[in-house]
Amino acid sequence: MLTIDRYLRPETLEEAYEAAQKKNSVILGGMMWLRLGNRRIGTAIDLSALGLDKVEETDDAYRIGAYATLRELETHTGLNELTDFALRGALSPIVGVQFRNLATVGGSVFGRYGFSDIITLFLALNASVELYKGGVMPLSEFCRAGMLKSKERDILTCIHIPKENTVVSYKAQRNQKTDFPVLNVCAALNGGRLSVAVGARPLRASVCLFDIAQDNESETIAERTAGSLIFASNKRASEEYRQHLCRVIVRRAVDEVFAKSADGGIRSGKPNPEVI
Amino acid sequence: MEITLTLNNKKITADVPPDTILLDFLRERGCPSVKCGCETSSCGLCTVLLDEKPVLSCSVLAVRTDGRSVTTLEGLQDEAAEFVGFIADQGAEQCGFCNPGYVMNTIALLRENPDPSDDEVRAYLAGNLCRCSGYEGQTRGIRAFLDARRAGKL
Amino acid sequence: MNRELKSVGKGVRKKDAMQLLLGKPAYLDDITPRDCLVVKVLRSPHAHAVISGINTEFAKKVPGIAAVYTWEDVPQKRFTMAGQTYPEPSPYDRLILDRRLRFVGDAVAIVAGEDERAVNRALRLIRVKYEILPPILDFRAALDNETLVHPEEDWHALCEVGADNKRNLCAKGEEQGGDISAVFADCDVVMERTFHTKAVHQAMMETFRTYTEIDHFGRLHVISSTQVVFHVRRILANALDIPKSKIHVEKPRIGGGFGAKQTVVAEVYPAFVTWKTGRAAKMIYTRKECQTAGSPRHEMEVTVKLGADRDGRIRALDVYTLSNTGAYGEHGPTTVGLSGGKSIPLYTGALEAYRFSYDVVYTNVQSSGAYRGYGATQGIFAVESTVSELAENLGVDPVAIRMKNMVREGQIMPAYQNEPASACTLDRCMLRCAESFGWDEKYPVRFTSDGKIRAAGVAMAMQGSGIAGVDVGSASVKLSEDGFYVLRIAAADMGTGCDTILAQMTAECMDCSVDDVAVFGADTDASPYDSGSYASATTYITGRAVEKACIELKEKICTLAAEMLDCPVSELIFEGRQVVRADGSASVSLADIAVKSMCGSDIALEATSSHSSPVSPPPFMAGMAEIELDPETGTVDILNYKAVVDCGTVINPNLARIQTEGGLVQAIGMALTENIQYDDRGRLSENSLLQYRIPTRLETGRLDVEFAPSYEESGPFGAKSIGEIVINTPAPAIAHAIYRATGHWYRELPILPEKIALDLLRDGKGGK
Repeated sequence: MLTIDRYLRPETLEEAYEAAQKKNSVILGGMMWLRLGNRRIGTAIDLSALGLDKVEETDDAYRIGAYATLRELETHTGLNELTDFALRGALSPIVGVQFRNLATVGGSVFGRYGFSDIITLFLALNASVELYKGGVMPLSEFCRAGMLKSKERDILTCIHIPKENTVVSYKAQRNQKTDFPVLNVCAALNGGRLSVAVGARPLRASVCLFDIAQDNESETIAERTAGSLIFASNKRASEEYRQHLCRVIVRRAVDEVFAKSADGGIRSGKPNPEVI
Repeated sequence: MEITLTLNNKKITADVPPDTILLDFLRERGCPSVKCGCETSSCGLCTVLLDEKPVLSCSVLAVRTDGRSVTTLEGLQDEAAEFVGFIADQGAEQCGFCNPGYVMNTIALLRENPDPSDDEVRAYLAGNLCRCSGYEGQTRGIRAFLDARRAGKL
Repeated sequence: MNRELKSVGKGVRKKDAMQLLLGKPAYLDDITPRDCLVVKVLRSPHAHAVISGINTEFAKKVPGIAAVYTWEDVPQKRFTMAGQTYPEPSPYDRLILDRRLRFVGDAVAIVAGEDERAVNRALRLIRVKYEILPPILDFRAALDNETLVHPEEDWHALCEVGADNKRNLCAKGEEQGGDISAVFADCDVVMERTFHTKAVHQAMMETFRTYTEIDHFGRLHVISSTQVVFHVRRILANALDIPKSKIHVEKPRIGGGFGAKQTVVAEVYPAFVTWKTGRAAKMIYTRKECQTAGSPRHEMEVTVKLGADRDGRIRALDVYTLSNTGAYGEHGPTTVGLSGGKSIPLYTGALEAYRFSYDVVYTNVQSSGAYRGYGATQGIFAVESTVSELAENLGVDPVAIRMKNMVREGQIMPAYQNEPASACTLDRCMLRCAESFGWDEKYPVRFTSDGKIRAAGVAMAMQGSGIAGVDVGSASVKLSEDGFYVLRIAAADMGTGCDTILAQMTAECMDCSVDDVAVFGADTDASPYDSGSYASATTYITGRAVEKACIELKEKICTLAAEMLDCPVSELIFEGRQVVRADGSASVSLADIAVKSMCGSDIALEATSSHSSPVSPPPFMAGMAEIELDPETGTVDILNYKAVVDCGTVINPNLARIQTEGGLVQAIGMALTENIQYDDRGRLSENSLLQYRIPTRLETGRLDVEFAPSYEESGPFGAKSIGEIVINTPAPAIAHAIYRATGHWYRELPILPEKIALDLLRDGKGGK
């Protein structure tokens, strides 16, 4: 049961920031998970008057406002072309259209949920987050920072996705088609650099970087990725299964990016026609 | 807190506590078609259109609809009546409790994509749970409607 | 009946379809006043505890709180919440509120207040001191455990079901036919396998809910989302310890039941509040309550011992079931019976001996109840899986082995109370299923270009049609002005369409259109007695009552017509819209007869009939699943599911098809995704639809349903039943297909991808 004493829709970020410093205040995202616990909120801060719902394209990046919904991203032509439609693949299994019309990208990223599909994808794409006070920092750093109380009070305003010539593959394993993922993987190949992000372990996603001049065997990459990450058990899957899945799915994702890559001659990876 | 919104094409003003969820607000305001099936944003029964987009009304604070438009099945009877007879012809309404949310999301689908394939229908409606019908009858009903419309039989 | 059927056999729209599809108010919370007390229950955080102290003073002081009740306030007479015919086989082991708490979620206190906010505040302010006791969470350890779930002296069982609360035993029994030991000793092959199915949930979209008020006669008026209005009346009278004459129960439209609403899960709480306070009250279960304090399927461990010849002739079946009834015994003694009673008779063909024995035990998890299939689902999963394994081990085609052993029309079924298979096309179902599914092409294991495995599995099933010698169905048919009929029933349409099906039968009998029949029900004051809608009874039992009532009504109509035409009744013919003299010399319209009955007439144009059946003719079906399995991730996708059903005459092909499809998909969920996991303190993790994963429309595969109707002489128009049987084949057929793809038999449900992937990894087949 959620109780809220006050609702505030600030006109400026500064006003929102000040309100956010108060005890028991919460910045609202899509409110998809907020209602799940028993929670008493003093001030609920709605950022919808701040124009944070836009996706803007610059010369070298996409700036995704924190209030853009998952559905807007899923259907965004530019972002999907940039990601070989991996973005759509990552988002479309999340519950349903009505859910994704509410869930905000800021809420998803700021919550730094272990099961997040979009964090895994964005990590592999070398994304950055922009905080009102904290400025721009790499998403990987933001995720590592954990739930520091001082950081909690800052406001995530947008996400930057660099426009790089990247080949992307996103894959997730679910016990049921619209359930939380048991493991998710995004492989992104940019020139000689391969980023492999693995999330839902069920720990927060982490990235492993490979230089494909040295590592160009998908199985080795998968093995090393699985070996370097920590996995755990929860009600959906065991540590052992996740570790196994990591090898399988990373290998498949890497095979796919190698196959799709313009530089495909590097590795005769088996193309995987599966579309998630 | 006082809010003004357009509910089923009528402007209304209401005083609501900040933690009232839209689902409860709508049921109190004469829109009993909006159903609650879970507390976890999982079932799709409470689907309404918020600024023309389908959303889960269980996950929206009523205060967040201030200045916006909300449409429930009560406000879309004619648009629904165009196709729901095809569902009835399959017997796929069954207990009917999930029907309003499912019909609302189908309306949203058909506005966005007037001639979807069966797989597009399934993908768009994946968030609408139904425990009675096994879903296939619902899909057949929509297919029959689309086929009839394409054949100019409506 | 030789004439062509006009209404029966037609896929007419459900009479309520358009109203429901357009979202019109129809359900409990739509049609009952908002202005009433909100009732909620404080629930135990412990699996087993005794309340040593409870302080409600702070809670009662919350503004808007009308009442807070604890175990000290309720009648101390035990009852059962199971919606069954009296005397109920389920033991009387409940109080409305008990000092002993037997599962996480058991009721500690009832709070009623003006609004939800006040009630929630009050719930938080109740101070309870718990004396925590060791819980029994493993049902295999329950029997004769030193911890007793029901140590109380006033626990009692009305029926002889082998129950003994001092042994944690809710029921025990054994039956056999033939010399089982001798036949096993003579068999070429004897297999013994053990299966485990969990307490899966009905997950109907509308949760449990009840509204109660005191009416203008001072009676307790109950509106409830229930399948069993008459049982609700009796159970509330028992629980509140008040006369049944003081209670009136009715149901509105029901948002799904599947058996869940055959148990009086929510009714006692608002009823008690209203009876004590005199004020209207409403209780709406949250989904979490539905999942944690509902009435799910009985968890069962079923051991099948099968004896056969080398050529696949099945000669002996020995089934032992351990069933977990949970904290209370609702439906415990009865569900277990179907695990053997609806599985062993499938193999009547060559069976020389059988034994079926069982224990039903109490544990400290939520009480189980009735869920579509009612024990048959669990038993059929076990027996069908064992038979498929036998076929695979012997190298016999699994379809052929079933054709060799299955029950055939006309055979006496010793393991089914010696009832005959009076109408049975199981053989046709199986052959047609194999043909249409393409068994010969799909049964061989195939590999896709991307490394996935395609395979197929098969299963067959039976159920019953009502409870033989117990269930009573009634119908009352009345002629009204203009010549339309009102059909009054107490069978409960929970979305299944029985209002429409019974109207189709009425229309057929009275030679009118379905639109000329208005249906009313269910209401304990106004409807004729009916046990309620469960046990696949309504079409078969109540349908027959409709036929009988119509015959009687026609006689009355003709009697009045004879008065009007001044001729002997024997000269009259009922022709639907009119009654005519056989020689054609005179006629009177039905409308005129109706008008006449309302002016100076002493003949009531209304007839009520009841029906009960000494037999329960089984419907039969065959099901085949084609899956695609990813050997590395363990993911199983259903590609196709083919079902051919013998439900006797199909009264409404559309509704029968949807019943089948819906049952298949529920069972696909049970087989693959719907998990139940309790932690070591007895807390259920799948306590929401977020965690408890019922199928979406993305995992059903393509469903293909056909009928192979037999004609059951004892049923209305030759009908049997369809509601439950349809949930029984997917689990064994899918498990069989998974075996084909992997070489592993999975004997516990759900079969999650992890189990498959890790097994194949250990085999060296999964990882590369």
